[in-house]
Amino acid sequence: MTRHSTPATMLSVLFMGMGQWYNRQFMKGLLFIAVELFGIYWIVTRLGNSIAGLISLGHTPRTMVKVDKVYQMVDGDHSIFLMVEGLISLLVVFIFVALYVLNIRDAWATAKARDSGVEPHVFKVTLKNIGNRYFPHLILFLPLTASLMLLVMPIIFTILIAFTDFAAPNLPPAKLVHWVGFEVFNKLTYLGTWSKTLFGVATWTVFWAIVTTITTYLLGTVVAVLIAQKGIRWKKMWRTLLIIPFAVPNLVSLLVFRNLLNSEFGPINQYLEWMGLSGLPWLSDPFWARFTVITVNLWLSFPLIMILVTGVLTTIPKDLYEAAEVDGASRFFTFRAITLPLVLFSTAPIFIAQFASNFNNFNVIFLLTNGNPIMPDYVYAGGTDLLVTWLYKLTLINNQYNFASVLSILIFLVVASLSIINYRNTQAFKEEDMIQ
Amino acid sequence: MKLRHLITYLILLVLTISIVYPALWILMSSLKVGDSLYSETFIPKAFTLDHYKELFTNTRYHYSRWYMNTIKVAVLSAILGTFMTLLGSYAMARFRFVGRKFGLMGMLVLNMFPSFMSLVAIYVLLLQFDLLNSHWALILIYSSGAFINNVFVAKGFYDTIPRSLEEAARIDGASHWKVFTNVMIPLSKPMLTYVSLVIFNGAWVDFIFARLILRTVDQETLAVGLYDIVNQQNATDFTFFAAGAVLLAIPVLLLFVWLQRFLVDGLTAGASKG
Repeated sequence: MTRHSTPATMLSVLFMGMGQWYNRQFMKGLLFIAVELFGIYWIVTRLGNSIAGLISLGHTPRTMVKVDKVYQMVDGDHSIFLMVEGLISLLVVFIFVALYVLNIRDAWATAKARDSGVEPHVFKVTLKNIGNRYFPHLILFLPLTASLMLLVMPIIFTILIAFTDFAAPNLPPAKLVHWVGFEVFNKLTYLGTWSKTLFGVATWTVFWAIVTTITTYLLGTVVAVLIAQKGIRWKKMWRTLLIIPFAVPNLVSLLVFRNLLNSEFGPINQYLEWMGLSGLPWLSDPFWARFTVITVNLWLSFPLIMILVTGVLTTIPKDLYEAAEVDGASRFFTFRAITLPLVLFSTAPIFIAQFASNFNNFNVIFLLTNGNPIMPDYVYAGGTDLLVTWLYKLTLINNQYNFASVLSILIFLVVASLSIINYRNTQAFKEEDMIQ
Repeated sequence: MKLRHLITYLILLVLTISIVYPALWILMSSLKVGDSLYSETFIPKAFTLDHYKELFTNTRYHYSRWYMNTIKVAVLSAILGTFMTLLGSYAMARFRFVGRKFGLMGMLVLNMFPSFMSLVAIYVLLLQFDLLNSHWALILIYSSGAFINNVFVAKGFYDTIPRSLEEAARIDGASHWKVFTNVMIPLSKPMLTYVSLVIFNGAWVDFIFARLILRTVDQETLAVGLYDIVNQQNATDFTFFAAGAVLLAIPVLLLFVWLQRFLVDGLTAGASKG
């Protein structure tokens, strides 16, 4: 019964579209043939060069060349363009291979159908079928392309940059960029000033993430519990007022705090002076700047936890408390034995997510202190800089692209492992087919 | 009143004051005469609306231009991002096809990459291809990022719509496209509204990518413009800044008041899953 399927498959392996022709699907075959011809042309003319370019990253930088007795700038190889071109080539090859497989599969499937007596579709029917059977693929095309180009490609590109010497003053088109393997990783971990900065900034980042997560969590929970107490009046008013920091865009609040804490004219220091105390260097002394960012972050983020915990509190059964009251348990004991464990249990995923987002809390640091005060023994980083703000400065201001890329890989490793722990706990992915 | 309650009220009062104070202070500052940060009293001796007028007449800053830029970027990002989320989540929720599981996993992983991961690359690529300082670059980045961030929320929404609905339409002879446009899109209005507002809000206040991409004063958005006013060495336009900040915050506040219900529900639903 394999009259047709073997030759059709073999033919389409040999040359795209031939199997379709064998199956008497001429239009479809023609399209596949066109793809293959284009593919061959492209591989012959372009692929070799762009792969070589990706491997070598160019040979001649921009140089002065004597043309007609006058020196002129002549453009040489541009390493970054070569890298991007190489990446795009690899992508094209990937798409080509995928189409090839599709072609073979299609020829085989049609021939198989013919073997069992089904006539192959004419082109019009094929087109209609595509609209129907491949509907999800069609509507996925746009979002998928966008995320490939703007999310996946840049990530791959970042990883590549981490293994090059692409950093000021070694910038194309004047200079060439080279592959340097793990040199940047090594420099960052062993080379005096860099490793000192990395160690200092990383330690502060972890400390910051732990302290901010715990303080916001504590304050949020305490406030939620205080308001939820029996006998406290105007519950709704308290909650609405305390939710304000959550509602004001944090961009605005942070810039406002920056002025509020201005050590010369800011009102906070004004009040301190009226009380006969001397003003504090809120943003300019390393210790006080760190204290300030943690406190301001507490102001910004405790309302979120408060809302969450309030939600959880309403789900705790009342009879638990009644039973405790009958047994004569103290308030504090009830809180410790009933409220706290239940709240902790339900909010644990949020706890991890909060840690991850604090770890990358760009806005609080950059908008409030700009990462300052300057630390004399750090490379391009200040006393309150987190890994992310340091990365930002390295990219935007200091053009140290390779160091910045290594940092983003490090940050990714931390955040991804946290997210994996978290996703394992969420039900969304496991139970998707259970509804209906 | 019990002592315990008294202490509670005291704590809540102190907290509330420290919460409300910065918001009131910036509002008062925007209404105060003069331009300095220093003020003798909390409530200004004389009120004026001049600073708000100044926002749109002052030629030293391009506040009205920034406002228009921000609206443009936020609205277009919301439209494009919502459109992509709609297409992507619908395909992922309602169809079973080869590569679907892989695609879902891929999106989960992409979701884990902090936007910083690609920051270096985006900056370098835009720089090399001379695309820095373009609003479209910003819009594309916001909307594709928003797609990945929101696709699971939207997919979760479609997962809850019973399949019998579209089966009935299919039996009546409707094509996939017809089912999608005539049955599904009208049903998804609440979800689409929510997603587009979230994207709008994100684009409205984003500082990171806006600072990275926008280079000239006339292209800047509100976030970048306001930051620059504050970040100058001798910032002398404090009240101008205050009025600008109030106007930036108002649209978000209105959105928040309107969205609060969804936000709180969504957050608590996610939290109590255990």
